[in-house]
Parts: sequence; C-alpha cells; structure tokens
Amino acid sequence: MEETDVILQWGSNARAAHPIFFHHVLQGLRNGARLWVVDPRRSSSAKFADAWLGLNVGTDIALAHGVAREIIAAGLVNREFVDRATTGFEEFAAYIDDWTLEHTEEVTGIPASAIREMAHAYATAPTAQILWTLGITEHHTGVDNVLSLCNLSLLTGHVGRWGSGLCPLRGQNNVQGGGDMGALPNKLPGFQDVEDDEARARFEAVYGTTIPAQNGWNLTEMFEAMGRDELKALWIIGENPADSEADVSHARALLGKLDVMVVQDVFMTRTAEMADVVLPAALGWAESDGTVTNSERRVQRTRAAVPPPGQARQEIDIIADLAERMGATDWGRPTAEELWEELRTLSPMHTGMSWERLEAEGGIQWPCPEEGHPGSPFLHGRLWEDPVGGRPAPFSCVPWKPPIDELTDEFPLRLTTGRALDSYNTGVQTDKYNSPIRSGEALDLSAADAAALGVVAGERVSVSSRRGTIEMTVAIDASLQVGLAFTTFHFPELADVNQLTCDAYDPKSGTAEFKAAAIRVDKLGSLVDA
Amino acid sequence: MPDLRFGDAEPTDEERIAVDEVVADLGSVVVVEGERLVYAGHARTAERRHLLLPALHAVQRASGWISPGGLDYACRQLEVPPAEAYGVATFYHLFAHEAPEATDVVHVCDDVACRPVGALGLIDELRAAGHHAKASPCLGQCERGPAVLVQRCGDHDITVAPGSVDEVAVAISGRTSTASVSLPQVGSPDLRLLARVGVVDPGSLDDYRAHGGYRALEAALAMGPDRVIEEVTTAGLSGRGGAAFPTGVKWRGVADQQGRPRHLVCNADESEPGTFKDRVVMEGDPFSLVEAMTIAGTAVGAEQGWLYIRGEYPVAAHRLRTAIDRARVAGLLGDDVAGSGKRFDIDLRIGAGAYICGEETALFNSIEGFRGEPRNKPPFPTTHGLFGEPTAINNVETLVNVLPIMLDGGEAYKAIGTERSPGTRLFCLSGRVANPGTYEHEFGITLRGVLEAAGGVVGADEPHAVLLGGAAGFFVRSEQLDLPLTLEDTRAAGVSLGSGVVMVFGEEDDMVDTVRRVAEFFRDESCGQCVPCRVGTIRQEEVLARLRDGATLDAERDLLDDLAAVMGDASICGLGQTASGAIRSALDLGLLEGSR
Repeated sequence: MEETDVILQWGSNARAAHPIFFHHVLQGLRNGARLWVVDPRRSSSAKFADAWLGLNVGTDIALAHGVAREIIAAGLVNREFVDRATTGFEEFAAYIDDWTLEHTEEVTGIPASAIREMAHAYATAPTAQILWTLGITEHHTGVDNVLSLCNLSLLTGHVGRWGSGLCPLRGQNNVQGGGDMGALPNKLPGFQDVEDDEARARFEAVYGTTIPAQNGWNLTEMFEAMGRDELKALWIIGENPADSEADVSHARALLGKLDVMVVQDVFMTRTAEMADVVLPAALGWAESDGTVTNSERRVQRTRAAVPPPGQARQEIDIIADLAERMGATDWGRPTAEELWEELRTLSPMHTGMSWERLEAEGGIQWPCPEEGHPGSPFLHGRLWEDPVGGRPAPFSCVPWKPPIDELTDEFPLRLTTGRALDSYNTGVQTDKYNSPIRSGEALDLSAADAAALGVVAGERVSVSSRRGTIEMTVAIDASLQVGLAFTTFHFPELADVNQLTCDAYDPKSGTAEFKAAAIRVDKLGSLVDA
Repeated sequence: MPDLRFGDAEPTDEERIAVDEVVADLGSVVVVEGERLVYAGHARTAERRHLLLPALHAVQRASGWISPGGLDYACRQLEVPPAEAYGVATFYHLFAHEAPEATDVVHVCDDVACRPVGALGLIDELRAAGHHAKASPCLGQCERGPAVLVQRCGDHDITVAPGSVDEVAVAISGRTSTASVSLPQVGSPDLRLLARVGVVDPGSLDDYRAHGGYRALEAALAMGPDRVIEEVTTAGLSGRGGAAFPTGVKWRGVADQQGRPRHLVCNADESEPGTFKDRVVMEGDPFSLVEAMTIAGTAVGAEQGWLYIRGEYPVAAHRLRTAIDRARVAGLLGDDVAGSGKRFDIDLRIGAGAYICGEETALFNSIEGFRGEPRNKPPFPTTHGLFGEPTAINNVETLVNVLPIMLDGGEAYKAIGTERSPGTRLFCLSGRVANPGTYEHEFGITLRGVLEAAGGVVGADEPHAVLLGGAAGFFVRSEQLDLPLTLEDTRAAGVSLGSGVVMVFGEEDDMVDTVRRVAEFFRDESCGQCVPCRVGTIRQEEVLARLRDGATLDAERDLLDDLAAVMGDASICGLGQTASGAIRSALDLGLLEGSR
C-alpha cells in the first residue's frame, strides 16, 4: 500500500472504520500515490482523495462495468496478462459493451469525465490497488459487486504483484482466521468443502467422529430456520445478533422463541441478556494463547499476558468442558499449541507453519504448504508464474441490479449505514468508555432534504422503513447528496437503526443489504396530527 | 488535508479577497464540482503549501494581524491544519497575534547599531506622540539609524531612516518610505559590484541596459552552462554569506543532478545585525540581481528561481518585484529566456521577521510554508534542498559577482584581490565612522584601510572596538587594524569577515550594554528547535544582564565558557554555533572589564 501508485478505495470509509490500516494508505499518499474514493457519501476518507466520486447507492456494478468498458475502449487493457492468465475476456467485453460512459453516468450519477479519468488513471498506473469493505459486500449483490471489481484488476493485471492487488479490509483482527479455521457452514479448516467426501474423510479420521455431509446454515439461514421452528437451540460465541441483524425486531422475536440459547462472550451484550445461560469468556487479546490471521493472511501468535477476570474462562476450556458434558471423554484439555499442531496435519495451506516458526518469524502468510516455505505475500502471485500456476482467473459477467428496497413516494429517501471513528459496530466494545469525538446517534440529511421536510439540526423525527419506525435526531451534512440519509448503528440503545434496515440478502454470501434501505422521515408533530 | 477542525470565526471581506488573490493561480485545494464530484487530495495540498507564508502576509496586511477568521480562511483554502498554520504564523516577528492597538505599528530598531544613535529615546518620543511603537531587532538600515519600519494595515510598509517623530508622520501621510541615501563611493571607476548603484534608474530596464545590463546574460547563454560554471570555478568565487563555500563547486553539484527538478534560490534575507549591503544593491541596481539569478539558474539547470527578501526591506522588495515583472515582459524571464529556449522564472518571497531564515535550510522551510527551522545537514541543498530537490542557494552579493565574471572571464576576475580571496568585497560601515555606508574594496585591504576610506573614526584616532562580521562575528581592537581582510588572514586570526560588517564603537559607547544586546538578539532569534541553542542563548543573556547589573566577571567566566562549548558543539545550525563568538571575543579583549 505504501509503494503503490493508484488506490481505488471503493465502498470503504477506512479513515473511520479501519483507522490503523488507513495509516498505510496515508503513507502511500505521502509517497505520491493518488487516491480515488468511490462512496455515496463524501466520507472522512473521501476528504483525503484526489477525487471523490459520489455514486448512487447500489450502483457499484454499473460503475465497475463503465470503468471496464472505458479501459477496453481506450485500448488500455493489459493484453499480455489477459491472454495468458485469464479466461472469458471476449465474452466479458461483449457483455459490458452497453456500459458507455454516458449510460454509466445516467445510472451512477457520476459525471462521465470523472469516470473516464479514474479508468485511465487506474489502467495506466504502474501499480494500483483496489480496497473495499462493507459498502461493496452489504448488498444483495455483494458477491457480484466484488467480482465486478476483480474484473478491473484482471483487465489491467493489477493483481498478485508488489503494490498491486485487491484488498478487502477485514473488520476484526481475526475475521480471516475464523474463516480459515472452518467457522463457515460450508467449509472445513483450510477452506476444504464440507461436501467433499475425501476431505471430510481426512478430518473424520483425525477427529474420530462423523461430520455431517451437507453444508450447514449461514447466519441468515439460521434465522429463517428459527422462523420455521427447525432451529431450537443456539450457542452464540462472540456475536451480538440481537443488535446487529438487519430488521432486528424480527430477529429478536426469533431469538426469544428458542428453547435454549447459550451465549459465550466477554461482555454482557443485549443478546447475552436474552440467553438462558451465559458463559463468560477470556478475551482473545492479552488473556488467551493462540493465533489470529489478519487481512493479508498473516498468521500471528497471541499470548496470554494476564489471567481473565472473575469467572471468565479460556474459550478452549469452555468448549472442551461442554464436549465432555455431551459425552466426549477423550478430549482432555488441549492447549492452543496442540490444537494448532493438529490443524497443520489437516489444512495444507498451514502445514509449513510450525508453532516454533510462528514464534520465531513473528507471522507467516498462507499458503505455506511445507516447512521451509517462506509463506506467500501474494495470494494471486501464481497468475504471474510462467506457466500460470493453477487455473487462469475468469472474468465474471455479472448483472447490475438496483437495491431490493425500492424508493417510492411512501419511502422516498435512501438510508445507508456506516461506522464512526470512535465506535465499533453495536458498541459492545466501545460504549463502555467516553470519547471526545463521539457524535452520538443522528440521522444525517442533506441540507436540501432537511429543508424540504421542514426539519432542522437537532430536531427529533420519526424515521420509518417498510420494517419499522424509530425516533432519531436530525443532523445536517452539507456534503450529502440529495435523497441520501446516513446513520451509524453504534448506539442501539438510543436509536435502534437495524429496525429500519433491509433483511434482503445476497444468496451467495448470506450478507444482508444493510447499505440500502428505503425510508421516510416525518416531523413528530405531523405524525400525531395524522 | 481532511480531519481538520476549524473554529467558527469568520474572515472579513478584505481577508477573504486578500487570501483569494494569493491562491488565485493554483486555485483552492478543494474543488467541488457538483454534489457528486470533489477534487482535493494530498498532491494538491502539498503543491499549495508554499502559499501559506504569502497567505499569512495577505491576512496580516488586510487586518493588521493574523486574525482567527483570516487564519481559518487561509487554512481552508490551503487545507493546512489551523494549529500548524498558527505555529508558522507565530514563528515570525512581523505577524501580530492580537488585534493591533493602531492601524500603524512603528517598529524601531534598538539593536547594536541604532542604540548608540538614540533608538531608545525615539521609541519613547514616538509613544508620547501617540504612535504604537515597538522595539525591533536590526532593521538593516545601520548606516542611517535610528531605523524605523512602519507596518501598515491595508497598505504597504514604509521604511524611515533615520527616523524621527516628524519624519515618521510625514512618511505615513505620504505613504512613502523616506531614507537618506549614503553611497560614499558613488560613481567611482573602481567599483565593480556597486558601479551602477546610485547611477542607474532602478525602475528602468532600458537604463539598466544602457549601463551594460544584460550583456553578462548574453555572454552566459552563448557559452553554455558548463562553461559558465567553469568560469565561476576558475574565478575562485566563494560565498559571501559568511561560510565562503566555493560557488563553482556548489553549482556543479546541482547541475550534475540531471533529471530532477532543480531550484535556484537567492538568499536576500540579510538579517545579520550591522549588515545592509545586499539592500543597497537591491534598491539601487535591482536588475543586476535578476540578471545574475537568471545566469545562475540557467547554469545549474533550474527552471524556477526563488528570491527571498527579508520582510523589513519594503523598498528592495518593491523594486525587485518591478524588475522581475519588467524582465518577464521583455522576455528575459519566462519560457524562453532571451530567445535561448531555456525556461527560467523568479518567484519573489517576502520574509516576515526571522533572522534564522537566513540559514539556508531554514529559508527552504520558510518558503515551503513551514516554521523556519533549520534542517539537519547532510543531506546538503545541492541534492536535497527546496522541496527536497537539488537547489543552488546563494546570497545577493555572491550572485552579482557572477556578472563581471561573465563579462571579463574567470581569469581576469581572479587577478583582483588576493590569490586565495579573489575579487572584491562589500563592507557595511556603521557606527563611529565619518561616512557610514556600503563600500566595495578588493580583498586584502586592511581594516585600517577600510576605516580610512570611510573618513576615519569620529572623535578619535582609533576605534575603541570594531564588531567585525556582525553579531555572529567577533569584536576586534586597535591591535588588529592592520589585519588584511581576506578569508585566509581573518581565519588565521581567529575572526571572520562574516557578512562584511564593520561596526565601529568609541570610548563613549557602553560595551557591556552592546554585548548584552547581542546576547538578547540571539536569545530572541533562536528558533528553539535544538536545546543547546534554545537554553544556551537564554543563560548567556542572563549572564550579561548580571554583568550589567554589577556582577563580577570572574564569577561568570566559567559559565560563559561552558555555554560557548556546548552551543558550538551541539547546535545543529550556525546560529547556535556562533551565538557566543562575539561575546567571547569581547571578554577576551577586555571589553567587559568596565563592568567591575
């Protein structure tokens, strides 16, 4: 990031949401990189950008296609890379041929000249990065959104090289590690498919038990299963769905119906308050031994420095104890090191990372298939090998679809949600202390919309979507485009924003469309009159 | 830069207009093009940061101070954090940080040259007459003190020298500087650097040409950059700012940085107390500096020249601004210098009252819009100068020496002066001499010869003491009158020519007070960046204040020795390194013995 020439930060306000990572971006800017920020809002990140492009919410695929078409039309495609390392270029070029600059401007709201400028800058840069976060993935087309950005990197060869790549920013220090370890309904550790009989057999041989042969439910599907009364008992580890789910009133009702709910957490969250049993757990940081894996796939050791307070216990011990109560007699109390050594025998991408190496080298990036392998700084470096390692990367012909929650006369405003610098998600980890820069709960409106509604900054208003109604306080953001409203969801006690958000989700990822709800705002007085 | 927090103070219309004028060429950092597109970013911010100092000048002139609203507005246009800009503004003497008591602030020099000629009394008289008068460090008018600079709200500044209550009133009502002209050698055929001063019309390019102007540039363009540098090297020209570095070597170093943008900077921040020679050249022969900078710039491969004139020289700044404009109109600056196909232009920058900005790297920081704090060296300016790019930086006197070298050749130039100190030198005569002023002499003349040329010491055969080289120089006494003034002889004698200051003191002058004022000067002008200087200059002034108040020298000598050693060894720039030189020499020569 520090040594790249062009950065497209797309659907990410890293300045506020990934402030430490953003330091690397700033170092890049200081070294001369140019930054484009694509975001419906002129966010705090956008204020650092050479150019900010304020697209309509949910038109990311349209913009990506427009950029791709311009790169092709202007003859800026990296033909050599496309020919040797990708498949489906011709089909893709034909598929997006309708996305002229003019058409893209019409759909996205961004001036054609600015789209052209960004396309040329990205394509002609010696090195370039694309960063994204939830502005890309929290849509019902989240996976397609990502694929449309991948197309840009394939057209230009900006992938798998020093200073060039695709960087989805992770929200926690170990989101990547959770997936790597198999905390996904369709994957075993090391991203091996649950439905792959051979893979399952290898795990069963080591685990000494049978693994269900079908994919499990993802989070959204679990709630659907609760609705059908198929899911009756839930063990929640480190998640606060009673605040964080889209259409949260509905989610709470479903949680309330469960026969048994066990919550294992380090804080007494709203979800924990609803639980039958709460298992206080040691913090992953400073109270536990183990590993975490960051956004660049680097596995790092964590070490317990202090014992957990009160009755809080190591998570490994909690799980082992529960296993024993359920009748597993041979688990004992494995240490983090023992579990890691077992993982290495099952997950090929971790095989080369011995506990000693993790200690000695301070961190190794997977894949690291054997001892002596240095780890892999570029996941897609294989595309530059001669011949290309593995299968070539395919272009993706993905359709643009507008957000599910339509704007109508009844719900005329587009609400998008995001994060503030001082707070973290539902506030579980941040509302325990004060911050001088905390602005609190507010519904940001453009000056024009506020004037049209006849509301002023500081006024309490009623905010409704097709799913619920809450009261919020108005703030005016002069840089907001007309028709767009914004809020954070850090203060569910003050404003239960997720009562408004849309629970339509991307079937490919299970992620709900938090970023695009249709709302209406009413003066409190007028509601009473009605 | 985003993440900025602004106050709620609003600029006045005058402030807004003044700042807008400064950024007019490049435009504001943030350009809003509709509600969907905004251009800003680090590169635009970095590209405009150097406009901060001009923007602060604009606010100061518009309102008479750096008002919160004006500062905020400048910071919004340039996206500079207001706290940082405040740090820059407070670095300079000439920026006020409280609303002024009057539209005109009358700065009166109370430094070493002006004290003996009634500066302190003048301050009292001006105050009695209702003026807002402030004591100031050296204003560079030492031959015609006591010096006054009137800083005006909404109007250009005015110099009055010598100053009096009546002259100040006349100058303010007439909106024009009034200064006595003393050019003792005017018209002398021996003059090389000062030949045109007092002869040529400083506002007329035609007159300059009629007196031989721009023939040197013509010659330089004909011989090409390499030959130009060769001739300057052959001539043995060395820097006249005090360090005496060979100019040809410096230029070669910059010229060799092929492929990188290069700069030529003229250091006209002549602030050494007692020094005023560059002012005389700039006021009397401004085109010569423009021509010399053009030769230097094209020789080292710089397309941009920067002329940094100290803020206390409104007349020189005005004349140079005019000269640059006229040269540009005549095609002697710009994209095609005198039809040569080379690009060179000059940006004029005005200091704001900071002695330290005469230090070359501090001057770079000042131009770039940062506090004028010196940088560590190495790297040296030839590779990492202005904006981190290769830079040749020379002072005014050094540059104008290039003109005779171009016209006569390096060999001919070398024949003048001594073998190791070729050429002529400008001397700033002030204090107890019959005819104070700027003099040009060949290197090798004795101090006695210099004094005689100035009509001798007033009221005595020999001076009680002479401050040689300025506040950063040394005191000498009559035993050293026959010292030949060359680089090598002064060095051997443990003194230096510095900036050519020859300030003469008589028996009647209070040397303890003078030396204490020197100490006060350094304390005031220390940038505060490094500890030895920041603390050392304060301790040193305290010692001299105690001496003035009756302390015995014996009790203080060890402390002065320690301070001198620490500042000399551990300061990062010349200010700290030389801050004890004059004081130590006064001590060694027994000039402070009078203090019991």
